[in-house]
Amino acid sequence: MKLLFERSRSGRGSDLLPACDVPAVSFDETLLRGTAPRLPEIAEVDLGRHYTELAKQTHGVNDGFYPLGSCTMKYNPRVNEEAAALPGFTQLHPLQPLESVQGALEVLHTAEKLLCEITGMDGMSFQPAAGAHGEYTGLLLIRKYHQSRGDSARTKILVPDSAHGTNPASAAMAGFQVVSVPSNNMGGVDLDALRRAAGPDTAGLMLTNPNTVGLFDANILEITRIVHEAGGLCYYDGANLNAIMGQARPGDMGFDCVHLNLHKTFSTPHGGGGPGSGPVGCKAALEPFLPAPRVRETEGGYTLYTPEETMGQVRSFYGNFLVVVKALAYLLTLGREGIPEASAGAVLNANYLMRKLAGAYTMSYDTPCMHEFVMTLEGLAHDSGVTAMDVAKRLLDFGIHPPTMYFPLIVHEALMVEPTETESPETLDQAAEVFLKILEEAKADPEGLHQAPHHCPIGRPDEVTAARNPILRYHFEG
Amino acid sequence: MSNIPAELKYSKSHEWIKEEDGVFTIGLTDYAQSALGDIVFINLPEEGESVCAGDTFSDVESVKAVSDVFSPVTGTICAVNEALLDDPAQVNEAPYEAWLIQVRDVTATEDLLDAEGYAAVVAAEEA
Repeated sequence: MKLLFERSRSGRGSDLLPACDVPAVSFDETLLRGTAPRLPEIAEVDLGRHYTELAKQTHGVNDGFYPLGSCTMKYNPRVNEEAAALPGFTQLHPLQPLESVQGALEVLHTAEKLLCEITGMDGMSFQPAAGAHGEYTGLLLIRKYHQSRGDSARTKILVPDSAHGTNPASAAMAGFQVVSVPSNNMGGVDLDALRRAAGPDTAGLMLTNPNTVGLFDANILEITRIVHEAGGLCYYDGANLNAIMGQARPGDMGFDCVHLNLHKTFSTPHGGGGPGSGPVGCKAALEPFLPAPRVRETEGGYTLYTPEETMGQVRSFYGNFLVVVKALAYLLTLGREGIPEASAGAVLNANYLMRKLAGAYTMSYDTPCMHEFVMTLEGLAHDSGVTAMDVAKRLLDFGIHPPTMYFPLIVHEALMVEPTETESPETLDQAAEVFLKILEEAKADPEGLHQAPHHCPIGRPDEVTAARNPILRYHFEG
Repeated sequence: MSNIPAELKYSKSHEWIKEEDGVFTIGLTDYAQSALGDIVFINLPEEGESVCAGDTFSDVESVKAVSDVFSPVTGTICAVNEALLDDPAQVNEAPYEAWLIQVRDVTATEDLLDAEGYAAVVAAEEA
């Protein structure tokens, strides 16, 4: 399809700006650019068609099943959008007087209270803009804590080899050295290896539980005890919270700080439909270091304050505020009864689909799973040449978004499936049929699968060339 | 079947090693490049840095994943194949020519394998 720049015609356009109703201000010439930017000039009708065409070529939760493991692509209820579209929220200025934004402050305060209850934490900041930003902020908390005690020897962060790639990346960004801890045969933390790795240079451990193969690490209390006895802190990556939300709390497992992905677990949109939100919560010992400003309830109403030892701001103002409104709408809609029901449904759906596929596909771990499961297609690839990539591409032909591929790295030819609780039994049955049909195709016609997808706008983009020679801006002719 | 030249030494983590006059040249084996798939980026250390046997000195990125490269020796890096920064595909095309680093003043090495020993490691991983 054509790019906006290719559709552009000089002089065409949509003049949607209202007349200026404030005094005009002139800038210093040196602050202005010499030539106007070459922005596309397009009529509103063509602009609308451009984006509609793009939308038709994508696959979202509203198009069909989206079992992208570790991403919790649950349905985003419309009521969330309705709450976030209220003019009392959308027309706020971040610097307007506090007495005129009491409702917005109450949203932040209530969401903090409810999410602290769910995670077993004492305080939370909504500033981080997404998951990895939350990880980074959590690691800065750990660093501030050790620094405040004059303990400068703690330079290492322990990360299991099954972890999300963002964990070691965030630790490196925060100035720590990453130590990889091997997994045991159930994808959990190898306790002996952890004991050997933990010591006076350990700043902390980063962990998801359930882990990245979808299993709850039964040794979790021992794991956090080992790290604490070595003087380190324990960080909970909230990526997999959807499995245990309302059932078990990271704070009770011995974790000192957490980040959540409101765009996963708490039903706010992902990616381009976002933005995201990665709030960071912590126990009381770390609370003085949380990003500021924070919200406090006083007799005279809600107010903002900046604790003396805060790490400062990690983002402008209060984070992605409207995302918090959507998450709060979700929390209040589900309530105390609905939250654990959602996680139970997520685990049930994952086990249902896993059992339907287990006879034909090879499960990496032959045991009931939590909210997601990992299959290995190594045997299929060996016998027929059909890879996890081929199966994933073929799923697109049936209107199913592929599961996460080639992750976790400890499983070869991995497909990681997370159905979420918002899918009906009928959808899961249909998906299982498709998965099984593709397996039959793999045996009968492997070549056809290498060419899949056959019915999508784009077949197999050249990922290698895209990575080696990325085109990052439009090249004008002349 | 992957290509395993008889004249080279190997590590269990799929690096090849060639020693000449006290200089150890280190690269990725044919099996490693084939398992990684098309390599799109290589992160290399600086000349003059020290490496420690068993520690990572580089990471390679393919469209599938980012993987660490481990040093089989302890010593000082005396040369870095900077051509790979612009053209990482050389590792896929000619793994035994596209070396990553050269190390001298080597004080320790891992237990290195000969071609036969390494072929057994590859066979075990492929099984």
